[in-house]
This record gives sequence, C-alpha cells and structure tokens, in this order.
Amino acid sequence: MLIFSEEHKDYLNAIRREKRIILFWRVILIFIFLLLWEFGAQYEIINTFLFSSPTRIVKTIILLFKREELINNISITIAEVLISFIFATVIGIFIATIMWFKKRFAKIIDPYITIINSLPKVALGPLIIIWVGASINSIVFMAITISVFTTIINIYSGFISVDNDYLVMIKSFGASKWQIYKKIIFPSNLENIITTLKINISLSLIGVIMGELLVSKKGLGYLIMYGSQVFNLDLVISSIFILGFISYVMYLLVDRLLIYIQKKRY
Amino acid sequence: MKKILEINNLKKIYHTPKEEILALDNISFSVNEGEFISIVGPSGCGKSTILSILSNLLNKSSGEINLKNNYIMAYMLQNDSLLPFRTVLDNCLIGLEIQHLLNEENKNYVINLLNTYGLGEFINKYPNSLSGGMRQRCALIRTLAVRPDILLLDEATSALDYQSRLAISDDIYNIIKKEGKTAIMVTHDIAQAISMSDKVIVLSKRPATIKSIYEINLTNKSTPTENRKANNFNYYYDMIWSDLDVNI
Repeated sequence: MLIFSEEHKDYLNAIRREKRIILFWRVILIFIFLLLWEFGAQYEIINTFLFSSPTRIVKTIILLFKREELINNISITIAEVLISFIFATVIGIFIATIMWFKKRFAKIIDPYITIINSLPKVALGPLIIIWVGASINSIVFMAITISVFTTIINIYSGFISVDNDYLVMIKSFGASKWQIYKKIIFPSNLENIITTLKINISLSLIGVIMGELLVSKKGLGYLIMYGSQVFNLDLVISSIFILGFISYVMYLLVDRLLIYIQKKRY
Repeated sequence: MKKILEINNLKKIYHTPKEEILALDNISFSVNEGEFISIVGPSGCGKSTILSILSNLLNKSSGEINLKNNYIMAYMLQNDSLLPFRTVLDNCLIGLEIQHLLNEENKNYVINLLNTYGLGEFINKYPNSLSGGMRQRCALIRTLAVRPDILLLDEATSALDYQSRLAISDDIYNIIKKEGKTAIMVTHDIAQAISMSDKVIVLSKRPATIKSIYEINLTNKSTPTENRKANNFNYYYDMIWSDLDVNI
C-alpha cells in the first residue's frame, strides 16, 4: 500500500472531484432536456404528434418489446452490422496488406480508391439493389461499400508510416519482406487497426440503416421507414433512440478492446 | 594480427531524378581481428553509407568487400529502435528470430548477456521502463545476440546527452572488448573516436575519400573516459581537426 503525503491526497481528490462534476453535469443536461420535452408535451407547447414525448417513447418501446418486434428488429440490425463490419475489416486489412507488399500495385490503385472513397455511397444504393437484389445481401453489400475504403486508406497509411529506424534495424538482420510485415508492420499498427475498427463500426451501422431504409422489411431502419410512412412518429423517434444506444454500446466495446490490448502489451 | 575485412576501391553513387551524387570514391582500408576502428568526417560526407553498404542495406556501385569466411557483421544504429510492444528480452531476440537461429542455447546466451550487463531485472519488462543508457545497452545486446565478429556502430551514442554519451561510450567499449569483438564505428565526435579506437580513418568532404588514417597509440591506454586524459590525446585531436577541414 502506497502512503501519500497530504498534498498528494489533495491532488488525487481534486481529480476525482473533477470527474464527479463532469458526470453530474452530464446527467443534469439529459435530465433537463427530457424534463423540458415532457413538460412541453404535457402542456401542449409542442405538438406530440410530430415531436412525441419521453413517456410516449417509453410506452412505445415497452409495447414493441412485448410484441417481440423490438428484439427481432434489433437483432437483425446488429447481425447485419456485425457481418458487414467483419467483412469490411477483413477485406480492408487484406487489401492494405497487399498494397504494402506491392508498392507498384498501391500506386496504381491509389487514385481509384480515393475517388471511390470520396463518392457519396448512398448514390450507389439503387444500383446495388438492382444488382444484388432487394434482400439482406444488398444491405450488407452497401454497408461494406461504405466502410471498406476508409478501412483500406487508414490501415495502409498506418502501414507506410511505421518509423523507418525500425525497418533499418530489422533489415540489417537480413529480414525478408514477410518478416518485416509480421514482426514490425502489423504489430506496430495494432492500435491503429483498432482505431479504424471504431470508425468502421459506425460506418457499418450507417450503411446498414441506409440499406434498411431502402429495401428492408425488418430491422431498425425498417421501423423508422415504416413509422414515417404511417405517420407513427413515436415509433420513428423510439427507433432512433435505440439506434443511438446500440451504436454507443458497439463503440464502447471496441474502445474497451483497445484499452485491454494496450494494457496487455506494455 | 589477422586481417578479417578488406575494402578495396569502394564507390557509391546515389541516383535521384535530378542528379547523380558521388558519395564515396576510392575507399580502401582493412580491418584486423579485435581492432576498434573509427571513421570520422564532415557531416553529410557519406560516413554512414560505408556501414550501410557493409551491412547490405545499400548496394555498392563498384569496388570489393572481402570478409573472411564465415565471419558475421552486425549493425547498431544511432536510435535504439527498441520495439515498444516487445519485452527487453524479446527485443534482444529479434535478430535471432529473423535468422531462424532462435534455440535454447542462443536464448540463454542472450539472457546471460542481459544479466552480465545489468539488464537482468528488466528481462520481462518493456523498453519504456529503461533509461536512455540502458536502452542503448539493450540495443547493443540485440546486435551481439547474433554473435557477430564485427560490430558496425553508426553514431551509436549521438542521440544521448553529453554525460550519458561518455558513460555509454565506456560501456560499449568495455562490452565489445570483453566479448572480443571487432568494431567499426562511425562518429562525428573526434574525441570519442580517439578515446575508443586503435585506428581513426578521416574522410574528406563529399565525395568522401580517405584523407588520412591514424594509428592511435595513447599513453596509458584504459577506458575511453580515462583515455581522454592521455598526454598525447590533444596531439591526435589537433591533427584530425586540421584534416577535417571544417567550414561553418
């Protein structure tokens, strides 16, 4: 057990106090927001048909939950996100690896990747539906298209920015290209890869929701679309809340993974 | 003394889209077993290029390098380049892994070196727990792990502050002598070269050619730091300084 001086204890207390203050204000902020919203709804300052209200959202969620629709739709969306996320990550790392191994290949495809990446992928939606069919396939395909190029670009730029001194060191032992990749390039980029995964999970979610809005009969995107078509805005806003929650949980999981790996490595 | 490395008429031309740069021209010298040789020269003259060629990181343009059969050279850089995600031991084993020489015997040899040179308690720690000097020692052990006969030291201490540099010079010198290795060191520090070496090779400005070679015979030769107090230390210093032709 470490024994600290009074001054150091004060310092530690100050850090804890600061954390508590930040947490307090975060809670207060959301509380005030919900309170004002509910208040506005109760006293008919805002139109609940258009803007719903916290109690109506809770009721809708409970109702959906009871009818088992909620769990069904959530699990479909999560499954689609995970499939796209895994595919985009694997394909992205694979292509970035080939680009690192074959510099000429990288130079040849570089402008095309940049062009495709800067293209708003939503524009490809209708084409993808016609090509792949209005099914889960086109949703996954769309999500992969959205996230894979960012993955390639981020991971490849991580690969090529590894400190040259490490490369000189390992080359001086006569390392082959594969050995350089295995011993230096990939392990040095583990954190970069996980950071890319964090971006990827949000991009996959965007892609999946976009796909669901366009084609699906299931999933949160579908609930949003369906809700807006029948003017059930309670349903739309509830789905958006759930979506925000899911996306935050997924982000948190990848973030925990990063922290876990960092702790384990050093 | 046995001659183990001979370099004849070494020449190196760098090609850039704009021009051809002659970096080394007509470099010839030989190295005897157990010798400590320093190469000094004006900055940017091409000192390090010689070591890069010797360690196969660069191709020579022409000339001959004759290394005695089965002799191995290993390279130690200015930066320690210790990988932050490998433990001290694993960092020192990387050369053996690359050359497929990692076995119990070689691993024990490295552990032994780490123990002998004061890094025993850090074997399973990560490099961020080492001081600057320890990191340099660790990098030296990584180089020694592949049991080279000749060590190529490229400005091995210049990333350190002055005091550490003196201490690490002693350290490196003692380890190299104790392990019975031959060394070729590139440095910009004339005093360090004189205090550590048996021979100092002075290069000219680019294109680097050999300007002079000094056999260093200091009175009362001992550790590099002590050697700086030798009576004839300044004699060598002045001669090499005037050869270097430094223009600021």
